[in-house]
Amino acid sequence: MVQVDNLGRILEEHPFAEGLDQALKDVMIGCAANERFEAGQFLFREGGDAKKFYLIRSGVVAVEVHAPGRPPLMVETVGDGGVLGWSWLVPPHKWAFDARAQTLVRALSFDATCLTRKMESDPALGYQVMKRFVPVMAHRLHAARMQMFDLYGPAKKG
Amino acid sequence: MANSQAVIDRKDLDALFTLLTEEGYQVIGPRAEDGAILYAPVSGPDDLPRGMGDEEEGGHYRLSNRNDAQLFGHTKAVQGLKAHLYPARQKLWSAEKAGHGFRVVKDSSPQPRYAFIGVRACELAAMVIQDKVFEGGPYTDKGYAERRKNSFIAVVTCNHAGNACFCASQKTGPDVSEGFDLKLAEILDGSRHVFLAEAGSEKGRAVLERLPKQVAEEGDKNAAAAQIDAAAKGQKRAMIAGVADLLAANLESPHWEDVAKRCMSCGNCTMVCPTCFCSTVEDTTDLSGLKAERSRKWDSCFSIDYSYIHGGSVRNTGASRYRQWMTHKLSHWVKQFGHSGCVGCGRCIIWCPVGIDITAEAKAIGKGA
Amino acid sequence: MNVAMQAQADPMDIRPFRIEKIRKELADSFTMELVPEGGGSFSFKPGQFNMLYTFGAGEVPISISGDPSDTSKIVHTIRRVGAVTQAIGNLSEGMAVGIRGPFGKPWPVEEAFGSDLVILAGGLGLAPLRPAIYMALANRHRFGKVVLLYGSRSPSEILFPKELEKWRGRFDTKVRVTVDRAEPGWGGHVGVVTKLVKGAGFDPMHTVAFVCGPEIMMRYGIQALEGAGIDRSGIYVSMERNMKCGIGLCGHCQWGAPFVCKDGPVFRFDEVADAFTVREL
Repeated sequence: MVQVDNLGRILEEHPFAEGLDQALKDVMIGCAANERFEAGQFLFREGGDAKKFYLIRSGVVAVEVHAPGRPPLMVETVGDGGVLGWSWLVPPHKWAFDARAQTLVRALSFDATCLTRKMESDPALGYQVMKRFVPVMAHRLHAARMQMFDLYGPAKKG
Repeated sequence: MANSQAVIDRKDLDALFTLLTEEGYQVIGPRAEDGAILYAPVSGPDDLPRGMGDEEEGGHYRLSNRNDAQLFGHTKAVQGLKAHLYPARQKLWSAEKAGHGFRVVKDSSPQPRYAFIGVRACELAAMVIQDKVFEGGPYTDKGYAERRKNSFIAVVTCNHAGNACFCASQKTGPDVSEGFDLKLAEILDGSRHVFLAEAGSEKGRAVLERLPKQVAEEGDKNAAAAQIDAAAKGQKRAMIAGVADLLAANLESPHWEDVAKRCMSCGNCTMVCPTCFCSTVEDTTDLSGLKAERSRKWDSCFSIDYSYIHGGSVRNTGASRYRQWMTHKLSHWVKQFGHSGCVGCGRCIIWCPVGIDITAEAKAIGKGA
Repeated sequence: MNVAMQAQADPMDIRPFRIEKIRKELADSFTMELVPEGGGSFSFKPGQFNMLYTFGAGEVPISISGDPSDTSKIVHTIRRVGAVTQAIGNLSEGMAVGIRGPFGKPWPVEEAFGSDLVILAGGLGLAPLRPAIYMALANRHRFGKVVLLYGSRSPSEILFPKELEKWRGRFDTKVRVTVDRAEPGWGGHVGVVTKLVKGAGFDPMHTVAFVCGPEIMMRYGIQALEGAGIDRSGIYVSMERNMKCGIGLCGHCQWGAPFVCKDGPVFRFDEVADAFTVREL
């Protein structure tokens, strides 16, 4: 139980938990684990089974794509207070990118199988989780679109 | 002190020109030239457009023959007095290369002293509006301020309305109650041809005192008042009430696109508008590259370059440029300077090659287009 | 009273300055230090701009990027984008330029005393904010938290990298930098600048924010600041429009009713929020 209490406290500290109802928090804690990644270590790899998601407590995670003959392309970084990974919600549940710790990273991970089972059996709880994740995904999409604008360059003529 | 009125006979009007010239003024008045009434230097009443009238409509202007002896029987000149008080092109300074740097020589030629004869109510209203633009803010256009201060203004009130006139709805005419040095009303009744005169300033009183004149009869005063009444009642166009708020609330009206289909973005309206004040500066060098010059010249919000910021122009579509002009004139101007920028002279209607009518466009936006 | 009006009888007259130092910043931009020809001083407020003239080529509005407490020189950071900025870029140290200014409404640094200060900058938008940063750091004790959030296209296009590093090293200032496209060796954030707002650690109820960058970046940056709970009356933006005179007489910089040159370039967001949404205004 000490373990769960600790995780509860850690979850409380993360912005994701803000305004979350206690029942959902309890369910999440039941599926959570505390993890630590050294700089350079991968949290997950492209194509791998997406069985988790992460709440980043500290450090910076780089989301990358690799291609032969060139350095890995860093798509974005997820830092303190960020949420990493939604492929666990989207079939076929495979990671779309590599996630590499750029610094020492401390994170809470959540077991997707554990959480999905509870969401399926309790749709109200499932809806709560989706309500949390859809904005995360929407913000990420919005940010990706903005990244495409090339905001800072001189406007193209003609 | 109440302004006393007097009557000047037509045959004594020469004296006014002589007096103003003696006072060091260059006298500017209406002249029939190139098939139009223009403000230009005049040396006496003989230079004025005797017996001339003007037809005006959307996209239409013609001189006509009145078959009478009136000197001011036209409605208004093609352009107001903006070109005299705020020249279309003006040298600001020149510079010469000197060592690693350059030396600036300011253009310090004295400003002209103009006496304007035949100024209409709308034209005077336009001057007052431009005064606020050029002299009313934290920064002053010194050249304008000096020309304006130097000027002598002799208003001649309107005795009829042109087809494009709508000053009554803009409350800028046809009567004039202040801002003039001298106010004249031309009265032609059979063989009697006189000017009812009233001084509006010390300068005007000093001039009027020295002119040959008679006492103003009640009949002359009534005749002048009737003229103004006719000029007001004869107006066929009117700006709708509340246009400032209406336009501010309709910046994205589909009607702007409708105007853009007709508007050629030629900028004529901005050139003939007596209040439009936009300008640009032009820097040039001579062929040797040793001498540079800066000039200021009129610009128009209808040009693409007008809104250029690095990379491109802010207003690329004709719709956005027409909207800029009309909303500035009728709406933003009120926020900027406390009143409308439109005096209701109708010149933008007359000189628009396709006859776009600002009063009709305002109505269309009001109807939700 | 406006500084310009004290220094110059006619705001259309130019004052000659000598280029004392030129420093390359990025591939297409450089910083110039200018001293008054024949002595004298120059005072300005953070966020103000000058009209910068080069012989024969013309004049452009350029924000001042130097320290407002140093009246001995003017510092301008300039991107080569048009004919005039190209011509200025071709000048060398010792040559002269003409100055009119300073013009415009400044960042309200003093009015922000007592609050947290968030500075959100994008690309070259850091240049007009640098005088405000200097002034804020010189008055550091008068603020709560001071947070600088900066976004750039890529690591090699980060403006003033050494100073950002220096400010980051201060214990009393939070500096977060992000790039849209990372390059090998980049160990910082990747993603749009708006993402830096979340978790920046300011108290939204007592925060003043200064935002400067390309217009789209400002619009979305403001959304993020509002999303974080800052009221729009606490957010200030610096606008860019065509300017020819700098003193509200030529008409070019109108943005709805305001003249950007004299009513701006710094505006309180709640006063111009509507204008941001109108296309081609």
